[in-house]
Amino acid sequence: MTAVPMTATPPKPKQGFKLTPAALIWPAMLYLILTTQVPFFMTVYYSFFRWNLQAPTPVHPFVGFENYVGLLTDPQNLHIILNTLQLTAGTLIITLVLGASLALLLNRPFAGRALLRTILISSFLVMPVVTAVIWKNMLLNPIFGFFSWFVQLFGGTPIDYLSAHPMGTIIAMVTWEWTPFAMLILLTGLQSLPDDQIEAARLDGANTWQEFRYVVLPHWTQALEVVILLETINVLQVYGEIFASTSGGPGIATTNLPFSVYQRLLQEGNVGVGSAAGVITVVLTNVLAIFMLRLINRNTQVGGH
Amino acid sequence: MTTLPQSGTQVPANNTPKKPPVNVLGGLLTALTYLLTFLFFFPILWMVMAAFKTEAQAFQTPPVFVFTPILDNFRVAFERYFPALLNSLGAAFGSTILAFILGLPAAFALAFYTTPRSRSVLTWMLSTKFMPAVGVIVPLYLLFTNLHLLDTLPGLILMYTTMNLPLVVWMMHSYMTEIPYAIFEAARVDGASVWREFFGMALPLSLPGISATALLAVIFAWNEAFFALNLTTSDAAPLSVFIGSFKTGEGLFWAQMSAAAVLTVFPVIVFGWIAQRQLVRGLSFGAVK
Repeated sequence: MTAVPMTATPPKPKQGFKLTPAALIWPAMLYLILTTQVPFFMTVYYSFFRWNLQAPTPVHPFVGFENYVGLLTDPQNLHIILNTLQLTAGTLIITLVLGASLALLLNRPFAGRALLRTILISSFLVMPVVTAVIWKNMLLNPIFGFFSWFVQLFGGTPIDYLSAHPMGTIIAMVTWEWTPFAMLILLTGLQSLPDDQIEAARLDGANTWQEFRYVVLPHWTQALEVVILLETINVLQVYGEIFASTSGGPGIATTNLPFSVYQRLLQEGNVGVGSAAGVITVVLTNVLAIFMLRLINRNTQVGGH
Repeated sequence: MTTLPQSGTQVPANNTPKKPPVNVLGGLLTALTYLLTFLFFFPILWMVMAAFKTEAQAFQTPPVFVFTPILDNFRVAFERYFPALLNSLGAAFGSTILAFILGLPAAFALAFYTTPRSRSVLTWMLSTKFMPAVGVIVPLYLLFTNLHLLDTLPGLILMYTTMNLPLVVWMMHSYMTEIPYAIFEAARVDGASVWREFFGMALPLSLPGISATALLAVIFAWNEAFFALNLTTSDAAPLSVFIGSFKTGEGLFWAQMSAAAVLTVFPVIVFGWIAQRQLVRGLSFGAVK
């Protein structure tokens, strides 16, 4: 994915007391193994047991794939998986379109360009929980919210967006946070395009569209790839926005996988099912990431570097 | 002054015709850019305004745009939010320091003592960053319960270190490979020890990278919500949990809530503005510079 230059020289640690390079790497590796790999394998292990912390008996029998079968056949749970995909896909598409547009707009020379870019990244830096409470109350409240007033100004009737269009509202909030991310990465990608490539295209008589399609776009692919991958992985894990605005509701309309794991574990004490839902999230994240990486790689060939 | 753009951001755009005539389309596009930026910034602006209003004004409809700013909300919010602020500071800086203690030596070794396996070690470390928190939360929750780490600052620091360690290794490795290798060769000829190479050369020469990476790590830990909401409740609750407690329904204090929110997001936004170049590099793990 990245090309970091490697300095290839044989290690020559001698002198004084012998500190091998491996000894410098192991603490970090060990820490990561203990806090990510080991717990993940434990999650996989737990997912095969019927185990509820609130159950009176401390027995947890091995039940094989029961938790998975339950999760994947119950229409409620399928709904949760679909919610997760809807939230991720919706946010990804909108932020890509908005972020790319903003990046192209900010790539033109005009007064205040750097200032606008600086201001634009703000919403990405806002804590997700803050986003949720501010949007939910001060913007979207059907009576006192700013949006409601704004809608009325143009003769519309304000509605309770969070109950009428819960998923749309969550997507709007997450989009607000992630558009600056897409813009920032895509703008940096645009700006690293060498001048002479554009000039060569112009000399060859390329029009604006051809210039964009055959010069800008191929160069842009890496930045697009980064945006798509990182956003997918991060938006699949959206939690704070949902926790502090809808708590997954109404019903399960905005419950995604991370939020349902939280519910299973902390509200129901269901270790087995919570673990299985966690494993499904990890698998889904990896499958989507690999799938997207492949897709992008294949499309990159067309442009050709 | 904080909005001052970084040098190097003003590289003239390439993709526009030379000597543009005063054209209508260009003007419209510029106006559109200003409008979109305003729309994106509006929720933050509205929150900042509410923080300086009275509770009645904050609730008022039609909304109040002109008012005499007051500071009372900040005083009240600050009193209530102080324990959470301390927890957030402790968790963010504690985890960042721990991540650097573990990550800097690793980054150094991976940058200057490369072996055939270095590349895969780096990639593996990065891949742990992509492990969804829900994939590890259940056993960690049980373990934390048994070890009495639930709702404690050390518990939170341990998890945020996991989150920041791959970032630190990956970014510091990327900064360290930018140090001219000849410097180290010269030192090795002179018989410098690994210790001296690390403390005497690699560290001082990568200081800008260290501060940029630390800034990012602090921001990520500061804004984190999942571990905070699952592993803490009151004693160790950081700002995300505190602000989350404002979620319940109507009739709450919007001006106070806004003041607390402003205090929470303001430092992060300012840091982000200052470090926007490094932000791109850190967010994309160096893939986009």
